[in-house]
Amino acid sequence: MWRIFKDLLKHNGEFRAGALLISIVVAMAALSFISPYAPDVSYVVAPDVPPNASNWLGTTSRGQDVFWQLTFAIRNTLLFGLLVALLSRLVALMVGLLAGYCGGWVDRVLMSVNDTFNVIPLFPLLILFYFVLRDRMSTPLLAVLMASLGWAYDARLIRSIAMSLKSREFTATGIFSGMTAREILLEQHLPYIMPIVFSTALNNMNWSIGLQVTLAVLGFMDIETPTIGSMIYWANQHTAIVAGIWWWIAFPVALVVMTFVGLFLLAVSMNEYIDPRSRLAGMEGASQ
Amino acid sequence: MTDYLNYAMKRLGQFALVVLIGINLAYVITHATPIDPVEQSISVATYFGDTAPEAIAAMRASLQELYGLRGGALTQYVAFWGRIIRGDFGPSLSAFPTPVSTLILRAMPWTVGLLATSTIIAWVLGNLLGGLAGYYRDNRVLKVFGITAMALHPVPYYIVALILLIVFGYLWPILPISGGAAMNVAHGWNWPFISSVLSHSILPALSLILIGLGGWFLGMRSLSSNIVTDDYVVYAEIAGVRRPRILFSYVMRNALAPQLTGLAMSLGGIFNGAVITEKVFGYPGMGTLLVDAVYAADYGLVLGVTTVSIIGVSLGVLIIDLLHPLIDPRVQVR
Repeated sequence: MWRIFKDLLKHNGEFRAGALLISIVVAMAALSFISPYAPDVSYVVAPDVPPNASNWLGTTSRGQDVFWQLTFAIRNTLLFGLLVALLSRLVALMVGLLAGYCGGWVDRVLMSVNDTFNVIPLFPLLILFYFVLRDRMSTPLLAVLMASLGWAYDARLIRSIAMSLKSREFTATGIFSGMTAREILLEQHLPYIMPIVFSTALNNMNWSIGLQVTLAVLGFMDIETPTIGSMIYWANQHTAIVAGIWWWIAFPVALVVMTFVGLFLLAVSMNEYIDPRSRLAGMEGASQ
Repeated sequence: MTDYLNYAMKRLGQFALVVLIGINLAYVITHATPIDPVEQSISVATYFGDTAPEAIAAMRASLQELYGLRGGALTQYVAFWGRIIRGDFGPSLSAFPTPVSTLILRAMPWTVGLLATSTIIAWVLGNLLGGLAGYYRDNRVLKVFGITAMALHPVPYYIVALILLIVFGYLWPILPISGGAAMNVAHGWNWPFISSVLSHSILPALSLILIGLGGWFLGMRSLSSNIVTDDYVVYAEIAGVRRPRILFSYVMRNALAPQLTGLAMSLGGIFNGAVITEKVFGYPGMGTLLVDAVYAADYGLVLGVTTVSIIGVSLGVLIIDLLHPLIDPRVQVR
């Protein structure tokens, strides 16, 4: 694992850039543990101060330090993305492996449901959820809802790999030596699928964080917990752009864009690593 | 031809399933939650000032009628489908007494026009540039474009829309940033109105195109850079087929099929993006309608827009699927 990491770092420019961006973002999130201010108190510093030596990224109109507020916001945002990715991976793995391995009517039924979830516009559904739940829409609940809606695309990907694994010789050997379907799936097929699970998890985090920012900006979720989205929401509520408090909007946006680009680059470089054809092309380029 | 009919029937079945599951989800969400929409609407309506208890009781009765909450579970479910088939979501609470269907019909052309135009532009342009970048792999300009696309593609719609809004609204105000057309122009097929609609659509369309373009570009580039090394392309090159012909008829033609599937698969996501883009730019489409309906606690309107958007997006996917065999004759066999 560590060797793969070092290899990627050495040979893959996209991985280097992605790893750098994500380490900055994670370091920022880690700083939240030594923050001098609690995340939910306001008017602890002078409001509307532009970036200076003591308030590096300025302060908000609610009297909060943008830098320290941002550390909490990015931590919660990342945790949210991780939770959604983790939960939706479980569903995607289960559906993908079962559909690919069983084939026949199981495959047809699961894939019909899968295609349905791919097509349905989820955003109006999430808004409908918020509409009926209102204040009970907590961040963990939103994560569960999004995980149960956002697994379909990756399940299809996993299914296609499971289908090709099924026709390999070792699967037949496993069946003849009396392994159960569960054992074959978990012990023989899962290790082959893990890399793709990992890279789809990164893309899924991007998807869920993007949706969460969007929902929070509209005020359609718990906006008291600091996240990148709720920071932008409060900045909009205080008309920060018009009032010239640009640092309240600019820094959260910059940090979340760094997160998106970083996660995406990591996912792309993972995909390249998984696909030996493009790895070969990269080596040719290096030897020239 | 029978092959095509067979294929079309299968696609129609999938369309029916999507609509069925989607609308059932909407039903479950609205009916299986602990919160009573009737009580909620009443509490919103009586938020300011005192209301006579008789008035509240009358309101409760009419709201229950409106939401189809009368009778047992089965009656409610049947009534729910009846209303959807008739396209009758009752009067809107926030724009009383205009029916919800009128509001949706008024907003729909804006959304369909914006979405269709920007999606087609992004798809065609992204595929064209991606094909070029996959074929001419050493071109410097296309490489720079690739890096830009990679940086832009993962950013969500809201952030791009916000950045465009700040740049063209405050820093360099040359384009209208809000609304569908200027207020003082009469609606109709005349040049002032059309030009006003066009200039108002530039920013929302641009943000949708900027996001979409990157994805199609990256997909097409990796697909066509794989095809370029295939034997038949190498053979065509040795045989002296002209390069533009190789690019369009040999490389891109074959990569187009998965890209079309991709378009069908991502239509839902594109619609999600359009909702928020419309809201940011105050565009008078279904996205703005939906968000404002939530703010106004207008149950019928929220349910109506959700249902119509599920049907609309699945209809778009169905149309793409039905066109698919025309581009890729292999599809029919499957």
